[in-house]
Amino acid sequence: MRRLPLISFAIIGTMIFVAVFAPWLTPHSPIDQSLPDKLLPPFWEEGGSTEYLLGTDIFGRDLLTRLFYGARVSLIVTGLALTVGGGVGLVLGILSGYVGGKLDAFLMRVVDAAFAFPTILFALLLAVTMGQGMDTLVIALSLFLWAGFARVIRGEVLAIKQRDFVALARVHGSSPARIMFVHIMPNVLNTFMVLLTLNVGVIIVAEASLSFLGAGVPPPTPSWGLMVAEGRGKITSAWWLSLIPGIAITLVVLSFNLFGDWLRDRLDPKLRQL
Amino acid sequence: MDSAPVLEVRNLHTHFFLRRGVVKAVDGVSFALRRGEVLGLVGESGCGKSLTALSILRLLPQAAARTIEGSVLLDGEDLLAKSPGEMRAVRGQRIAMILQDPQTSLNPVFSIGNQLHEALARRPDNTGRSLRERAVDVLRRVRLAAPEQRVGQYPHELSGGMKQRVVGAIAISCAPEVMIADEPTTALDVTIQLQYLDLLKELQSSLDMGILFITHDFGVVARMCDRVAVMYAGRIVETGPVREIFDNPVHPYTQALIASVPKLRRKTGRLRAIEGQPPALSDLPVGCRFADRCPHAEPRCLERYPEAVNVGENHSASCWLAA
Amino acid sequence: MSTAPILEVHGLSKHYPVRKGILFSREVGQVRAVDGVDFSIGEGETLGLVGESGCGKTTTSRLVLGLETPTAGDVLLEGRSWQGLSGRDKQDYHAKVQAVFQDPWSSLNPRMHVGDIVAESLRISKWGTPAEIDDRVAALLVEVGLRPEHARQYPHEFSGGQRQRIALASALAIGPKLIVLDEPVSALDVSIRAQMMNLLKDVQEQDNVAYLLVAHDLATVRHMSEWTAVMYLGQIVEYAPTESLFEHVRHPYTKALFSAVLPDHPDRQEEGIVLSGEVPSPLDPPGGCRFHTRCPFAMDICSQVAPPLTESQSGHLAACHLE
Repeated sequence: MRRLPLISFAIIGTMIFVAVFAPWLTPHSPIDQSLPDKLLPPFWEEGGSTEYLLGTDIFGRDLLTRLFYGARVSLIVTGLALTVGGGVGLVLGILSGYVGGKLDAFLMRVVDAAFAFPTILFALLLAVTMGQGMDTLVIALSLFLWAGFARVIRGEVLAIKQRDFVALARVHGSSPARIMFVHIMPNVLNTFMVLLTLNVGVIIVAEASLSFLGAGVPPPTPSWGLMVAEGRGKITSAWWLSLIPGIAITLVVLSFNLFGDWLRDRLDPKLRQL
Repeated sequence: MDSAPVLEVRNLHTHFFLRRGVVKAVDGVSFALRRGEVLGLVGESGCGKSLTALSILRLLPQAAARTIEGSVLLDGEDLLAKSPGEMRAVRGQRIAMILQDPQTSLNPVFSIGNQLHEALARRPDNTGRSLRERAVDVLRRVRLAAPEQRVGQYPHELSGGMKQRVVGAIAISCAPEVMIADEPTTALDVTIQLQYLDLLKELQSSLDMGILFITHDFGVVARMCDRVAVMYAGRIVETGPVREIFDNPVHPYTQALIASVPKLRRKTGRLRAIEGQPPALSDLPVGCRFADRCPHAEPRCLERYPEAVNVGENHSASCWLAA
Repeated sequence: MSTAPILEVHGLSKHYPVRKGILFSREVGQVRAVDGVDFSIGEGETLGLVGESGCGKTTTSRLVLGLETPTAGDVLLEGRSWQGLSGRDKQDYHAKVQAVFQDPWSSLNPRMHVGDIVAESLRISKWGTPAEIDDRVAALLVEVGLRPEHARQYPHEFSGGQRQRIALASALAIGPKLIVLDEPVSALDVSIRAQMMNLLKDVQEQDNVAYLLVAHDLATVRHMSEWTAVMYLGQIVEYAPTESLFEHVRHPYTKALFSAVLPDHPDRQEEGIVLSGEVPSPLDPPGGCRFHTRCPFAMDICSQVAPPLTESQSGHLAACHLE
């Protein structure tokens, strides 16, 4: 049995904590500029100050504060995109797998089409037509997410459908809706949970990439991807601007992936025996 | 019955070491198998019969399972002391195995001929025949119809009974001294089962093998076996010649197993069921493991495990009532 | 037949089209899984349906349960056809016909409490208040030999035999007239089978429920049923009161099935017809009598004319030209 990934737990916990309590954890504002303090390095570098632990950006805003508020943006976007995209994928996956036939054929072709779709281009297009913003980002990411969920859940449902308890539910007179959502859905929730955690990393990276490209949250709202983008021009002189949010993204994504792997093993009854 | 045993298992213990405790799946099993003999190892699921077979071949399923005590003597050599490389030479060449499910025993992406070649190539043949000729020959020995065509076919083109014959052909291709058959007919239909059992008997006498036949079905025992060892909760509780076991079963578990099967040739009234469940192997009683289901249990049965006692010629049982 | 039939099956058939081709698939033939089957079951009676795998016995049971739609023929429950039923009437039909399947590991939803599994059909039919349902569930668990507090546990906490009891409690909940038992004991251990068979008989006596028992084991069928039907390649070849059939077998295929039964003692080996070969494919079954390709007594007429079921004595039907 895989050990509980304590470090991943700690990193994920820290991220959630700073996102929730950001206003109380820092005296600075993530948005207000303070030009006299611009481009201060982290405190351990020469010229750094303990007032700005991780330094400041070109407008003199505290990097640590922006990192905290950026975690907020990442979590809200991830949470909403997973709820919408994952939820739609779950329901359509169950429908497609259980009902089968023409509906299944149709939905799976739509899934194929969704996979073939250039998500980033589409998000840029949305940003242009709908305007930049969190809602645009969530819609774009959900459209990207649901297909993967639907395809995996459908496969799972196809296997569960063969089991005798589903036939017995029909013998008992259960309606198709009851069979799908009372009998089958609890049996795919494990898979769904694992998909959720494994997709957190994907979404954080996607959010960062879209923000980096300018299709994400509009400045001055802090977002990790936006912070990397803003700092890239000064990478030689003020390395911390891009590198520190980059490290944050890497650590959090890695943690969610390790956590997802652990959860998958944990929820598999065969592996749990050991 | 005087010849030296080809396979002798002495006091074998294989346990699972899990987080929730030690599961004593095989807990002191001893038996001997002679050439030309079929020994039936009979018991219910979870009694340790399949794990005994895997322990003999040292193919334990998980990292958690370990053989911690005992010896497995093949012609007097202890298999448990052999190196992994030496053990590979034993498996398939000196001890062959047939498993229950013919669907999963064959590799679906290789032709029947290919799978046989792999087994045949390990045994030198100085008659100068090609592998293909030898493969056809082996398939003919397991009475597979049209063997020349079969060598080019793939497993999915054969029925379950035919596949199990191919598994048998692979098993005998190296003329093993011992064959372990783990419920080889359970997945087959009744009419096919009988054909297969007859085939195994025939192969055994022509190759002079010893067969360790693992089964839960006393009908299979009556048809196939010369001697029987009845296993319950990790231990052998009774062993003896097949007629002795059927005519004069001594252990209450053996008696109950035989009596609980409905009869074909007469209308049976209420069946004599064994009430309750076998004990958990992680939490075994100190006394007789069958005591809480036994209609004849006495206080001493709960206190100490009964040692095996002789109750007839080559017939022994682990029961206080027999002592 | 002494009592009015609960279930009547007339000319029941189920054919599955087989398609070939990638771009333009066309029907190349039909698997005749069930092909013109008639039988009836009286109140509180058991009909045993015997045959090898692929003979159509399981498809027949699924047709009776309404899990498959017949290609032709009709299933009448208490004189009413279930075809064309919808809504409330369909639910009533389902309430009267329940099922216990072979594999207790697959037939209980692992994510539901035992109490919810047993209560499922009660809740669907809005049988009573939650408190009444709880009482009913407790009573059902006691009836099948479990304890009321088991309702709060999950299926994985139970052994195979106990799970099969839960499945039976769930089938009994709504007070059905007929329970389809599809190999209800073959996945259980030998010592547990007798418990289950005794329980099924007790329940039948107490609740006056009829059983359609699908099984491959003749001894189980003899023990459980008043009537026996033998199926081969989608058709019934012999259909008789169980005692009449077991005392006086008429059809050569039934004789062959008897010959394939393993002995209950090493000195009592069954003699008789040993079939060679395997069951032909139900896709494109042989013309005339479907058994003629394997029948040792086949005559010219057998390959041309399908023999009708004829009655010899008091309801003993067989389909064979020999008589």
